[in-house]
Amino acid sequence: MTAAPDHTPILQRPSIRVRMEPWLPVLLVPVLVLLGFVSIANPSSWLTLTVSGLAMGMMIFVIASGMTLVFGLMDVINFGHGAFISFGAFVGVSVLIALSALTGAPSLMLNLLALLAAVIAAMAVTGAIGWGFERVIVRPVYGAHLKQILVTMGGLIVAEQMIHVIWGPKEIFIARPEMLKGSITLFGATLEKYRLVAVGFGALVFIAMRLVLRRTKIGLIVRAGVENREMVQALGYRIRRVFVGVFIAGSALAGLGGIMWALYQELITAHMGNEIMILVFIVVIIGGLGSVEGAFIGALLVGLLQNYVAYLEPKAALISNIGLMVAILMWRPQGMSPVIKV
Amino acid sequence: MSEPMLRLEGVRTDIAQYHILHGVDLDVPQGQVTMLLGRNGAGKTTTLRTVMGLWKPRAGRIMLAGRNIAGQDPAAIAQAGVALVPENMGIFANLTVEENMILAAVSGPIDPARLDWLFTVFPPLKTFWKNPAGNLSGGQKQMLATARAMVEERRLYLIDEPSKGLAPAIVSTLARALRDLKAKGATILMVEQNFKLARALGDQAAVMDDGRIVWAGPMATLAGDAGLQERLMGLSMEGHA
Repeated sequence: MTAAPDHTPILQRPSIRVRMEPWLPVLLVPVLVLLGFVSIANPSSWLTLTVSGLAMGMMIFVIASGMTLVFGLMDVINFGHGAFISFGAFVGVSVLIALSALTGAPSLMLNLLALLAAVIAAMAVTGAIGWGFERVIVRPVYGAHLKQILVTMGGLIVAEQMIHVIWGPKEIFIARPEMLKGSITLFGATLEKYRLVAVGFGALVFIAMRLVLRRTKIGLIVRAGVENREMVQALGYRIRRVFVGVFIAGSALAGLGGIMWALYQELITAHMGNEIMILVFIVVIIGGLGSVEGAFIGALLVGLLQNYVAYLEPKAALISNIGLMVAILMWRPQGMSPVIKV
Repeated sequence: MSEPMLRLEGVRTDIAQYHILHGVDLDVPQGQVTMLLGRNGAGKTTTLRTVMGLWKPRAGRIMLAGRNIAGQDPAAIAQAGVALVPENMGIFANLTVEENMILAAVSGPIDPARLDWLFTVFPPLKTFWKNPAGNLSGGQKQMLATARAMVEERRLYLIDEPSKGLAPAIVSTLARALRDLKAKGATILMVEQNFKLARALGDQAAVMDDGRIVWAGPMATLAGDAGLQERLMGLSMEGHA
């Protein structure tokens, strides 16, 4: 064995600007919160809106995280993602209605038990639907973006009609579990209990996803596959199986987002998934296609901005997120945390 | 003579509407380094990618240790014991050097003794172990790409132009590492435009032109016949003395 000379070049210490570059998108969230504080000028209203924005952002993140991975890993534009949101909401709500004895009980434990059952059912059903969706609808159109858009939109329409067939065409109102109703008062601000739970739960999902992606071999394979799937295959991993797994997980997460969103709105319709998809697409695009961290920051920005602007200038709320997307794409055309593709 | 580790028989590969390989016949003997030479566009990279399964052959057989792997999934071919160092290196830029190496160790955790050896032949990998691979220089990326293929023992190593665009000092490091690998009894099929490096490392040579093998034999024969080199590859040995 021969030892090689160590001709390692001495690296210059990067400037502060270069070192800060990856962290700039993260800083946008506190900057926006600060701007909100200054603009709203009423601390209690600001706190209420901030919690509401974070809750909304967390729910959008849960939905968008699977979609961004699916796009990053296999270049699949899935316009049918909204179907999993709606199905998740309907399945979860059906379970909650069936377990109304538990949800109506004045016991946090029983309420959480019912919620857990609803979440498991919603994720299991949407995961199974996702598996079928990938096999029947997505698999024949790999690599053909236009066909993907058309066929997945078709899949979405079929799914919405199936919801009409199973649950009927009318919207369903749902009451939150007893212990998640109402609000608490903190520093003079009224904070809905459910929104606080949604923020905590969304943060848990993000941490769990990050741990899986950063600390496990399967996470490593997914991250590498997003970047260069051909090389992952050449290393000996069956990327198609990985993709099916990610698609199922992404669908299940959309189902989870669906039940969270249903309890947030306290109303579900077959079109609810489709309606929220605009925000999901904005989050996926501004986050950087394939980037879970980018989707997380993007979702928080979208949720916070929507709530602040709706309070300050209600008419501008509808276009605020489009404006955010334009501004971020002008700053970083590939999104905030783009995944380098080979 | 024992059975070659790799045998290509009449391999034809098309990319879109273009016929690239027109019936490649090639033997890669076990435990030797076979250099695949030829002009740009001769089909060398296509041959390696076809063996790896990244492009499916239209016809022909690719026998790895007596088993036909033609048309199989790249993952199955990798699991059968083939490692590839692609021309573009295929580094995962968002992953750290460590993560790139962990990913390449398909059968389990990296063997510490093997890692020590890789650190010895490629010292920058140890220095930048926790750094994103995208921050490495071109030469360091090539070291990582080669080390990734070498992290576990394989039946066959496919290496595509490792010296391309690299400084002489880096090329020397790579040559040393490949010599070490060869000394361990590895079978290597390597595409190389740097004839000096090819001559130093190769036991066998095969010259491609227009999607076919036009000459194959011992490297010593090719290296010792300037006329043959000139005829096959348009090489002038003045620059390679």
